[in-house]
Amino acid sequence: MDHLSSYLVLSAILFSLGLYTVITRRNAVAILMGVELILNAANINFVAFSKFVTHNLDGHLMSVFIIMLAAAEAAVALAIVLNLYNDRGHINVDEANALKQ
Amino acid sequence: MADFIFWVIWALIVASAALVAFGNNLIHSVFALMGTFLGVAGIYIFLNADFLAVTQIVVYVGGILVLLVFGIMLTNQISTAQISQSSVQKGLGLVVVLGVAAIILTAVLPHDWVGSTLPMEFTDTVTGIGNLLFTDYLILFEIASVLLLGALIGAATLARKEL
Repeated sequence: MDHLSSYLVLSAILFSLGLYTVITRRNAVAILMGVELILNAANINFVAFSKFVTHNLDGHLMSVFIIMLAAAEAAVALAIVLNLYNDRGHINVDEANALKQ
Repeated sequence: MADFIFWVIWALIVASAALVAFGNNLIHSVFALMGTFLGVAGIYIFLNADFLAVTQIVVYVGGILVLLVFGIMLTNQISTAQISQSSVQKGLGLVVVLGVAAIILTAVLPHDWVGSTLPMEFTDTVTGIGNLLFTDYLILFEIASVLLLGALIGAATLARKEL
């Protein structure tokens, strides 16, 4: 807990699992969950470097803005997903390859 | 003791994130995601980020997770708590992801980060974040408020029935 590498390994694992979710899932909401995992991994890195390397609060500020961005992104993505569902009756992204049908 | 708690939280994050990535039930994945978010909040506490830990719980667990559950409930015919989900190209995805993970770890771990053995002592971060938000990060702060307003209006417009 008092060394940077344990946080970096955790962040790398979290990023990889998020990337795997984004790549392989078909459900749009599940892909959104993968994006949240990736953003959390980035946040851990920002705060860990803030504590162990730069010794100031700039990393914390970046994490605050990333959390803000994640909230905005989730709201807009959900609105898009609802429209997709109203249009097609499913939210499988591999079948949503046309803007209008 | 603190060391033990740290590794328990570490394992909780990895296990619940793995359930998000590999689980077959969408509802289980969402609740595993809650475990990940709470675990990351615990990691923030170990990293002396008290403000961020509370923000993580309020925004992620209280806001984004509820949005995701709404998204699942509104886009499936709910009859039971079992909402199955499928994945495509698992083998290829696993190869790509393992490659990316290997690249990240070999790039990051051997590097000797300056000062990485000297963690910052705990100080109250709320005052510092507040001061920075209204001095160095003022423009970013204002842009963020405009972005949030735009996202709010955009989401409300997109989600209406008569588009």
